[in-house]
Amino acid sequence: MTKKIKNLNLNFGPQHPAAHGVLRLILELDGEVVEKADPHIGLLHRGTEKLIENKTYMQAVPYFDRLDYVAPMNQEHAFALAIEEILEIDVPIRAQFIRVMFCEIGRILSHILNVTTQALDVGALTPSLWGFEERETLMTFYERASGSRLHANYFRAGGVHQDLPHGLENDIAKFCQTFPKIIDDLESLLTDNRIFKQRNVDIGIVTKEDALDYSFSGVMIRGSGVPWDLRKSQPYDCYDQLDFKIPIGKNGDCYDRYLCRIEEIKESVSIIKQCLLKMEKGPIKSLDGKISPPPKKDIKQSMEALIHHFKLFTEGYRVPKDEIYTAVEAPKGEFGVYLISDGSSKPYKCKIRAPGFSHLQSMDYLIKGHMLADVPAVLGSLDIVFGEVDR
Amino acid sequence: MNNLEDLEKKINSELTTKINNTDIKHGQLYIEIDKDDLIDVTLFIKTNQDTKFRQLMDITAVDYPENPQRFKMIYLFLSHEFNQRIILSYLINENEVISSLTSIFPGANWMEREVFDMYGVSFKDHPDLRRILTDYGFEGHPLRKDFPLTGHTEVRYSEDQKKVINEPVKLEQNYRNFDYESPWEGTKYIKEKIENNDKKN
Repeated sequence: MTKKIKNLNLNFGPQHPAAHGVLRLILELDGEVVEKADPHIGLLHRGTEKLIENKTYMQAVPYFDRLDYVAPMNQEHAFALAIEEILEIDVPIRAQFIRVMFCEIGRILSHILNVTTQALDVGALTPSLWGFEERETLMTFYERASGSRLHANYFRAGGVHQDLPHGLENDIAKFCQTFPKIIDDLESLLTDNRIFKQRNVDIGIVTKEDALDYSFSGVMIRGSGVPWDLRKSQPYDCYDQLDFKIPIGKNGDCYDRYLCRIEEIKESVSIIKQCLLKMEKGPIKSLDGKISPPPKKDIKQSMEALIHHFKLFTEGYRVPKDEIYTAVEAPKGEFGVYLISDGSSKPYKCKIRAPGFSHLQSMDYLIKGHMLADVPAVLGSLDIVFGEVDR
Repeated sequence: MNNLEDLEKKINSELTTKINNTDIKHGQLYIEIDKDDLIDVTLFIKTNQDTKFRQLMDITAVDYPENPQRFKMIYLFLSHEFNQRIILSYLINENEVISSLTSIFPGANWMEREVFDMYGVSFKDHPDLRRILTDYGFEGHPLRKDFPLTGHTEVRYSEDQKKVINEPVKLEQNYRNFDYESPWEGTKYIKEKIENNDKKN
């Protein structure tokens, strides 16, 4: 007698802790093998692009923090670069180093979170406890520079909001001395760990061709052996003055992506050190009074400064008619801003290209034929943050 | 092609009839084409040995409600080999159906779904054209310029009906959009003026 067996449909998320946020993944299971995965996204959609169209350029910056909220400043960077390119303004060298340094801090923040939660998803608790302690320190650096731990709102077109407070550079330098030890400790827990390898090696393999066709970027494409990093190939700000390496994976599986991230953390530490060495005293934002607000003490003394301040915080600065795509190498991949200005002080359109969007889309391709237990492992290695996927 | 000028020449000579306009700005090549040539042009720049635009980074649309051809479709391509970017665009009318790129780039799937969701542009031969970012049962296309920022409906849990319900938006205070525009000319003009004055002195 034959029995008709029906495939099982399983809702994974949106409240499942391993779904990394509000992902609703509908899985079609044949026994324990995944036949089809259909991610439903948009549960965190806040209409960022629509809101940006209704705000001045300066008011739009905080929205970028709320996209990929584990590495906020990297996103602000893309937006600031887009405006600077259209306005044709130069950024003082100190500001460039500050921005690059904080972008690398953001990269470390993001990679620690990803590596440790990926370990958590496959059963290791300790790495996240160790890693989050370091994230806490890094976020205090964010706080001391910008005033807030998470949603920094620190980068401006033409530089950064304010100079680093006294003593911060020393403390970051100290952190760079002690931090590599923590990474080594983390690695000793994971890299050769039998269970971690069993769960990650040869899981979620992406071939070179598919990585290109599915619009992958960042670690997802480097893990598959494509040497492509925007910091090297299309350097922005002062990345061309810094010396760093780009780690490349070989097999394109979850384990290679994990290794890439660990190596990138180490490179980021080296970039931060170089920034601290090369940073000299100087202005931290464009001196053009039509773009950057004047210092508070000038407002009390100078009529012109007062007018500039008033105009900048009501009308904002105008950006000439143009359209441009700028991209930065965010921790998760290529984060791009396609900005259309119409000559007014608000963007006509601002399309945000989030790396996670393309990565999550390939979930069906990645997970087909794998076991149900591999879903969290693959999802973890994609490095999804819903703030940027849903926008 | 190692520089953008050569690339521009190459594309113009190979695809003469299909290209309406090309322009180089900000280190990127902007190409304007006709709606019907999308597939041909995309296949050419993807497969040709001198272009190799192997990655489609994003698809989006721009809404110009006052234009007779309302939407401008935008495609961003990237060539790793030659480290170049192309921004491809064409104009379409409202309610016009355009070709899908999913057969050439599987990654176009969600990007086209997003354009469909946000602007209401339909794609033919798309395997799965559903809404993507907005809620189940959502109506309207939020990124169109005539869609209000506050939206049309708001959602809440109804204690009486014991379920989540949609209601028309009620705001205690309307969205305030003050007009701050002034004849202030902005930075470039000021700069030039100062420079000219310096020269005179």
